[in-house]
Amino acid sequence: MDQLMHFLTHKFFVTGEPMIYGADVAIAVATIGILFVLTYFKKWKWLWREWLTTVDHKKIGIMYIIAAILMLFRGGIDGLLMRSQLSFPGLKLLDAQHYNEIFTTHGTIMILFMAMPFIIGMINVAMPLQIGARDVAFPYLNAISFWLFFWAAMLLNLSFVIGGSPDAGWTSYTPLAENGLDPGLGENFYLLSLQITGIGTLASGVNFAVTILKMRAPGMKLMHMPMFTWSTLITSVIIVFAFPVLTVALAMLTIDRIFGAHFFTSTAGGDPMMWANLFWVWGHPEVYIVILPAFGIFSEVMSTFSGKRLFGYSMMVWSMVLISALSFIVWVHHFFTMGAGPAVNSFFGVSTMLIAIPTGVKLFNWLFTLRHSKIRFTVAHMWALAFIPNFVIGGLTGVMLAVAPADYQYHNSYFLIAHFHYVLIAGTVFGMFAGLHYWWPKMFGHILDEKLGKIAFWLWMVGFNVCFFPMYFVGLQGMTRRMYTYPANAGWTSLNFIETIGAFLMGIGFIVMVWMIIYSARHGERDVTGDPWDGRTMEWMTSSPAPEYNFATLPDMSGIDRFWYMKQEKGAVEKWRKQKIEEIHMPDNSGRPFIMCVLFFIAGFGLCFEWIWLAIVGLAGILLFMVLRSLFDPDEGHHIPVDVIERTEREAGRL
Amino acid sequence: MKVVKSVSKASALFLLSLFFLTGCDIPVLQPKGPVGRQEYHLILWSFGLMSVVVLIVFILFAVMIIKYRANRKDTTNYDPENHGSAKLEVLWTIIPIIIVILMAVPTVTSEYNLQKSPTPSVKPLTVEATSIQWKWVFKYPEQGISTVNELYIPKDRPIKLVLNSQDAMASFWVPSLGGQIYTMTGMNTHMYLQADEIGTFQGRAANFNGKKFADQTFDVVSQSSSDFNNWVQTVKSTKPALTMNEYKKLEKPSVVGKMAFSAYPKQISNDAMNAKFGGMEGMPGMSDSSESKSSDDSAKSGSKADDMSGMSMKGGN
Repeated sequence: MDQLMHFLTHKFFVTGEPMIYGADVAIAVATIGILFVLTYFKKWKWLWREWLTTVDHKKIGIMYIIAAILMLFRGGIDGLLMRSQLSFPGLKLLDAQHYNEIFTTHGTIMILFMAMPFIIGMINVAMPLQIGARDVAFPYLNAISFWLFFWAAMLLNLSFVIGGSPDAGWTSYTPLAENGLDPGLGENFYLLSLQITGIGTLASGVNFAVTILKMRAPGMKLMHMPMFTWSTLITSVIIVFAFPVLTVALAMLTIDRIFGAHFFTSTAGGDPMMWANLFWVWGHPEVYIVILPAFGIFSEVMSTFSGKRLFGYSMMVWSMVLISALSFIVWVHHFFTMGAGPAVNSFFGVSTMLIAIPTGVKLFNWLFTLRHSKIRFTVAHMWALAFIPNFVIGGLTGVMLAVAPADYQYHNSYFLIAHFHYVLIAGTVFGMFAGLHYWWPKMFGHILDEKLGKIAFWLWMVGFNVCFFPMYFVGLQGMTRRMYTYPANAGWTSLNFIETIGAFLMGIGFIVMVWMIIYSARHGERDVTGDPWDGRTMEWMTSSPAPEYNFATLPDMSGIDRFWYMKQEKGAVEKWRKQKIEEIHMPDNSGRPFIMCVLFFIAGFGLCFEWIWLAIVGLAGILLFMVLRSLFDPDEGHHIPVDVIERTEREAGRL
Repeated sequence: MKVVKSVSKASALFLLSLFFLTGCDIPVLQPKGPVGRQEYHLILWSFGLMSVVVLIVFILFAVMIIKYRANRKDTTNYDPENHGSAKLEVLWTIIPIIIVILMAVPTVTSEYNLQKSPTPSVKPLTVEATSIQWKWVFKYPEQGISTVNELYIPKDRPIKLVLNSQDAMASFWVPSLGGQIYTMTGMNTHMYLQADEIGTFQGRAANFNGKKFADQTFDVVSQSSSDFNNWVQTVKSTKPALTMNEYKKLEKPSVVGKMAFSAYPKQISNDAMNAKFGGMEGMPGMSDSSESKSSDDSAKSGSKADDMSGMSMKGGN
């Protein structure tokens, strides 16, 4: 009994921090609250039928986006805690250990559990609609991808209260992240949760690529596709090549930590540097995985709200192809300071600079999309427009970082922190916010409140620049990343204090956005046409929210922005709507992806605690589900009869 | 060359004026030696070039969003079919290529220059530096002395640093003198630095290496060469020798103050340490490694690490 108590208080539950006890209480209250609401309103069946078992790409996309916003909240709280701790020198709000855990989870969550699901959610919502597909190519696999991400996110977040958070940075460099220098369970949670979500992402990459290559609407050639779909295709290819590297690296470090191997220790012939290389061989393409879909969204939004075709369509496509190719040969720029020698550093420095060329081409194409246009300043468009000046600052300081000898002075300093927040927030986050406003009516049938949206936009815009711009300078003053505190005589106090103010402005902006979402659900303008923005691409052809089968019938979709030109041609839209409706084949829902991913969670949890028996139980269960699926699952799907389709279309006012 | 100079000058003026306004000290932009100065010139040159691009984009952006807003009076210039121009697209492909070439050439030349001694005519002073969680140990093989968390150097003489690590990867950074290099177990990395002013400069470990990472700082004290020689003599005559026992205390993860020793054991020279790590020794810096270093009781530490599930410990020896 004493042993059990000792285990629970010393190893299982994280103890000794008032903040963590607070989190324990909050988690318990929230869980009881959710269970109560579901039971009281008799929503259990609805939850299971409509959401947990769904294979509909639109619903899966919505679940991804909700999870991403929750993770943005968690990662954002981490960020605010860090900024609070650094607002004055020598503060004791967080101790060194706690600070290290928080910057680790901040980075890990923001990249892998916020940016990634946000992007995959957007792709799920919009891409199949943009090419006129009924669903993605492998709907069952799509559900597995989502639940893998979801349970992996649960596993990582659990480490906050059970087992202990990882504390070696989101890059988790060896040998620091090895058992010898970092005993305890935190790093295991990092490894297992990334592994599980990574498998899901890899599956998504295959799924999206096949969907785009095989399931486009009649007449739609590759060079007719909307730019967001193009960016998805290229991103998927990067995922397919990059994620296996992460899978292997994580597996090797897991074997090191749990089974005592020496891949990444100096002992027994291992090589600690190999981790940094493998991590960034995945990690740099990963940067483009999170930025290219945002580029796609900016292209869509700018073209729509300028009322103009995208400038230089084919150059935009080829630029992305070039960026994706270059993204695989620049990884060493993350550690120019490793002493690899002048030839290696020169090669990777110059290859990094080369990325500026296609990116610059894209930038000017966006600027010239605005020329001779009619710019409507909707919130979606404001996010897209704001991307240009902010991203330019981030991108060009990135080119400065590529100058390898100068990087010796920037490396690991706040200059670098400023740079990657400028590209990742102004690129990815602004892109996701633009996409959220743009496709919200397609997801939910109403428009997000523009006035609240603009307030949130300006809070973010000011907060973002006030928070991150001074970081360039505090970096040149010699402040390095990941410092839990700094001395008063360092001269960094005033800039740090200003940064903290900016961070809280973004926090307020986030609250306004949440309020905007709640407010709009009640009072937002309903979208009855399915085309609230005078759109150009296929997703605006169907009603909002789109019906289960997406499109009752499909016209010939050859040409860029076909829908926009259809609207100009007299009678073209009416002719398409009068096409003969036939019954539609759709995939069946299944509870198996959800249950299988719970088993992944159980196996992962077992490995984190090194309870091998539990891991074996989980893995055996997973295997069982795979066997069931392969051998005994005909998965014939079902047909939606013509009268049901006609009724749905009539109710949407389209017949 | 004239253009390079004027761009760099304008950049310097702009950057420094920002700092004088805030009244701050910016070591990276106020280098005190030839290595830092070379890096500083590259920073200015790239900053200048990038500023030109930023300026162009900002102006174009402002013109576009003001001139083409939907609620303007005259919308006759609205042209929904305007979607490309080979001439323009070639233009903004070629200009970035030129800019990249302008950046790449000095990048590659400096990259090679920085491998060499900044003042080849003067014999460099070799200093071995070892990072240990969360302190720096410096060894002067020529003088036979050793210091902790303070690096004394003669002014105007190149310092050849030979660096390695006892445990996690750290990074050696003295912003006033020049840029970083990582320290790792089992191998040496190299860097030249040189100070051409007398003074004390702040150095730190710049790569996250565990709990007290922020406290791993050191001072670089640059003196005239006669003062430096006097300092060496003083250390030799007044300070104790660093014994292996004393060093084993330093090997434990800890934050310590400044120290100086008149001598140090051969086993802690960088090459001896690296040879050890390359072999089958247990990972250094592990929990309680200090007792277990002497190989006969490594079994004890193995059982201790088992508690933390550290099977990798057992693989040692």
